[in-house]
Amino acid sequence: MALDEIKIGGLGASRRRVEDNRFIRGKGNYVDDIVLPGMLHMELLRSPVAHARIKSIDVSKAYEIPGVRLVLTGEMMAARNLAWMPTLSYDTQAVLATDKVRFQGQEVAAVIADDPYIAKDACQAIVVEYEQLPVIVNPFQAMESGAEVIRDDKENQPGNKVFDWEIGDKAATDKAFAEADVVSKMELHYPRSHPSPMETCGSIADFNRATGKLTVYMTSQAPHIVRAAVAMVAELPEHMIRIVSPDLGGGFGNKVPIYPGYVISILASILTEVPVKWIEDKTGNLISTGFGRDVYLQGEMALRKDGKIMGMRMKTISDHGAFYADAQPSKFKIGLMHSAFACYDVPAAHLESVGYYTNKAPGGVAYRCSFRVTEAMFFQERMIHGAANDLGMDQAEFRRINLVKDDMFPYRTAFGFLTDSGQYGKCLDIGMKAIGYDTYKQEQEEARKRGKLLGIGISTMTEPLGAGNSREYDILGIKMFDSAELRVHMSGKAILRTGAMNQGQGHQTTWAQIVAHELGIPADDVTVEEGDTDTAPFGMGTYASRSTPVAGAAVAMVARKIRAKARKIAAHLLEVSEEDIEWELGRFYVRSNKERGVTIQDCAIAAYSNMPDGMEPGLENNAYYDPPNLTWPFAAYFVKVEVDAETGVWDVLKVVAVDDCGVRINPMIVEAQIMGGLTEAYAMASMQYQTYDDEGNCIGSNYMDYLLPTAWETPGFELHEVVTPCPHHPIGAKGVGECATVAGPAAFVNAVVDALGHLGVRNIDMPMMPNRVYEALTTGKDISGMPPVRMGD
Amino acid sequence: MYPSRFGYESPKTVEEAVALLDAHGGEAKVLAGGQSLVPMLRLRFAAPEMLVDINGIDGLRYHRVDADGTIRIGALCRHEDLEEDDAVAKAVPTIAAAAPLVADPIVRTRGTFVGSVCHADPQGDWAATMTALGGHIVAQGPKGKRDIPIAEFVIGPFQNTLAFNEIAVEAVIPAPKGVRIGNYLKLERRVGDFATASVAVALDMVGDTVADAGIALAGVGGRTINANEAASALIGKKLTAENIASVAAAVAAVAEPRTDHRGSADYKRQIVKTFVERILTGLLNTSQKAA
Ligand SMILES: Cc1cc2nc3c(=O)[nH]c(=O)nc-3n(C[C@H](O)[C@H](O)[C@H](O)COP(=O)(O)OP(=O)(O)OC[C@H]3O[C@@H](n4cnc5c(N)ncnc54)[C@H](O)[C@@H]3O)c2cc1C
Repeated sequence: MALDEIKIGGLGASRRRVEDNRFIRGKGNYVDDIVLPGMLHMELLRSPVAHARIKSIDVSKAYEIPGVRLVLTGEMMAARNLAWMPTLSYDTQAVLATDKVRFQGQEVAAVIADDPYIAKDACQAIVVEYEQLPVIVNPFQAMESGAEVIRDDKENQPGNKVFDWEIGDKAATDKAFAEADVVSKMELHYPRSHPSPMETCGSIADFNRATGKLTVYMTSQAPHIVRAAVAMVAELPEHMIRIVSPDLGGGFGNKVPIYPGYVISILASILTEVPVKWIEDKTGNLISTGFGRDVYLQGEMALRKDGKIMGMRMKTISDHGAFYADAQPSKFKIGLMHSAFACYDVPAAHLESVGYYTNKAPGGVAYRCSFRVTEAMFFQERMIHGAANDLGMDQAEFRRINLVKDDMFPYRTAFGFLTDSGQYGKCLDIGMKAIGYDTYKQEQEEARKRGKLLGIGISTMTEPLGAGNSREYDILGIKMFDSAELRVHMSGKAILRTGAMNQGQGHQTTWAQIVAHELGIPADDVTVEEGDTDTAPFGMGTYASRSTPVAGAAVAMVARKIRAKARKIAAHLLEVSEEDIEWELGRFYVRSNKERGVTIQDCAIAAYSNMPDGMEPGLENNAYYDPPNLTWPFAAYFVKVEVDAETGVWDVLKVVAVDDCGVRINPMIVEAQIMGGLTEAYAMASMQYQTYDDEGNCIGSNYMDYLLPTAWETPGFELHEVVTPCPHHPIGAKGVGECATVAGPAAFVNAVVDALGHLGVRNIDMPMMPNRVYEALTTGKDISGMPPVRMGD
Repeated sequence: MYPSRFGYESPKTVEEAVALLDAHGGEAKVLAGGQSLVPMLRLRFAAPEMLVDINGIDGLRYHRVDADGTIRIGALCRHEDLEEDDAVAKAVPTIAAAAPLVADPIVRTRGTFVGSVCHADPQGDWAATMTALGGHIVAQGPKGKRDIPIAEFVIGPFQNTLAFNEIAVEAVIPAPKGVRIGNYLKLERRVGDFATASVAVALDMVGDTVADAGIALAGVGGRTINANEAASALIGKKLTAENIASVAAAVAAVAEPRTDHRGSADYKRQIVKTFVERILTGLLNTSQKAA
């Protein structure tokens, strides 16, 4: 009589997304949909130049425009000690510029007016006198001796270096290189990109002078962290701050940091005593908010002739923009870069990372990945490709030799991570079969004879998802646990709240499925709420694929607490002792007589009407979950391309993805996440990058210049699944939202490089725009670094 | 993205529209599909006093082939109207080939052929197509109508020769001398992108002899590139591998590409050459198959 788990929408049910009902009907509730009585509108004036001293700001003309209520400048912020704010990486960031502007698009002034049109007009009426300074647009300029010091606002900051950091065993690595048969080298660049969620950032700050309470509706992936930060900056206690993240139109890491606009809108509301709305425009979002990547690599591998990797060395040089504002909750300066090569058995490894300030937007957010894991895995898989070629070995075979074998788990990587589970070889086999690897070499040869350039690229990786255990991960000192609170109503229906923050992942759908799995309450009977710090339990939000590994685990744990109490109630109702009770999905029964039982719903009503003597009434609880380890999904991606030798245009013929993310809560949502990630991987490989000219002008300031692929050119994907449950997660799930963005790009690049391999080409850095591919194939030379932005010839 | 304040009028006739333009003495702009003008307003690159919306004027959304083979495209003919498999698309293969490559499907439901030619974007697809096809624009002003040959109409980047109080009411493409064939190839970074380089080719064929030839380029210069002179080497000849190669080289030579983040000048020239070759070779192959 146990319930059919799929029918009630439990684990494994491809339940339709509950949230889509309102989205497709235009009934979503985004920040910009919220209208409060008496609300004013804020627009920001941004710097048109990348580096300049501010000589003067004249706001008098702005005040002449009817409907302008307040104009804020850096000086006014400074008077309230708000001109600078802390970043998530323990640096400082200007809220409104006082002394200098340090990147194009930096916030210089804010106008608060009756409507946004007036505010925009008034921004244009503000006269700012700039004295231009030399501009630094990449880390190589930043490190030159005598380079202009960008952060002269900081004490003890003699040059432009942000950090110099290392990890790994240098001596052991040096030894591996000294003994190597072959050393394979690779210089790579992962270009800067912008997460570019459809919805830009925005906030409505509503300070109520009468109650003293500040409510902020805002676009945040981590509302609780925002509350903690606002409490620090604004010197208001937490119970006087309510942060509400309503529906979010995408985040991708872009909505983790705290931006000047939020802070200014808060001060504006405190000063005007009415709600102040700020909705960033697309250009503002693209040029000023958290970017991803922008890392250069010098990589080396020590190899034995038989194909075994003996050691690996990486040196990264990263560009952090004007403020070190990486979303970076680990103790490691360059995030989890040292998770590179975690899926391979590499005895010795060393990583050195140096970061620099430049006159570009700050950020370094985890754009659909765990902190720098995307760069790590891209570098890894490009190095692997290069090493196989240098050894004259087949790509797949080289991987097979070096992948961690099933019987080696738990496996400690050279950098100290503990991977715990996987079937890497099986995933590789499935992918090879699906892409037609057997016959491919022959096919490629024959195609070359016809003047066609075919290539197959492979990318395999495991990545650390779900930050993270409290030993190593914190934000502003707060450990990276997460939480869930579950209330079962009398009727057996329930409301669940978590400290995570949905922004497209489908939490409303999948959290209810975990409850259904643990309690047998149909998923449709469970309401899920997140994002309101007054009602949701404290949690660290959603990014870095941490929702399911951390908050999802908390959901399972709180449901188990509820079940434990319900068991006591069941014993009471069935008039037997608790030890004589068994559980099957949705129902307790007497061990000796399976017919005699009560449902979870029976227990729910009893919790309010017929509880055992001495038991506290009600059926609700909460759980805080501190994960024992990260989760380690595995992915094997295969891409087949054909390159047009006369134009450099490459077409994707086939994409095969094999993902092992452990137990899949909702297979449909998992597949959609993988397809979305592969789309972003294709985007990175082909077109999506953010670049600057020599003067620091951001080229990709709108969607005609910052290119996102559309459904038209995005290839189709063939998906395969392998399930190796996570040994430490309550329901065996691993993170998955980001695997494809992380491992995907290298598969595309490896494919194009493979197609040109016979011409001597070892590398084409992303974006592989046709002109770059054409140059590589006509010259046989590598194409490295950012596409230059030179105008005229 | 909030535009500056502007006035808005929606006249019911071309005469009223012209009168409004006249009254605002250069400070008014015609609003057709709005797919170029509205983005410029939002970015505050343009801040006209008055928008004269011609969408409410009846009788401007048409495109047809006259009995004598002349093609007429009205001011409100949308890009998507030319995409469908209709008489004009059949009569002018270059238009049929270009239509699905202009912008993206959403923009094509609003943007107009004539508006695009008026906009004279050096990367615009229709100005290049019209330049290859020849023909003229019918302009209507306070004193009535006049014809402006296309070569005298699109004169520079975002520059046409309409007077401030004139509206382009129609684009006219002359009847072909014989059978019209042609094609359009565009290199774009993704759907909805402007051309990195594109090539419009239109040939009028009498038997297997070229009676008239036009080639124009977009994206490879500070203006629409008129390569009709290079194309004229084909007139009176049959297409051959040799003259295709020499015309392709000659067309590439008149391109004026600049190096930018889409590619080097040389690369863009190479694309032009390849596209001219591919189009002409394709036309040669189909005509040989047909014969
Ligand atoms: C996302 C996007 C992608 C695009 N991609 C491409 C592309 O790949 N290729 C391409 O060619 N175009 C592209 N476009 C531009 C698009 O084709 C426009 O529709 C076209 O350039 C202008 O036509 P319109 O009718 O929209 O004109 P509007 O925007 O209304 O007007 C454009 C200009 O022409 C003037 N004008 C318009 N009609 C008349 C008239 N009848 N008489 C006098 N003046 C007039 C207006 O005053 C204005 O100055 C793109 C646009 C967008 C938004």
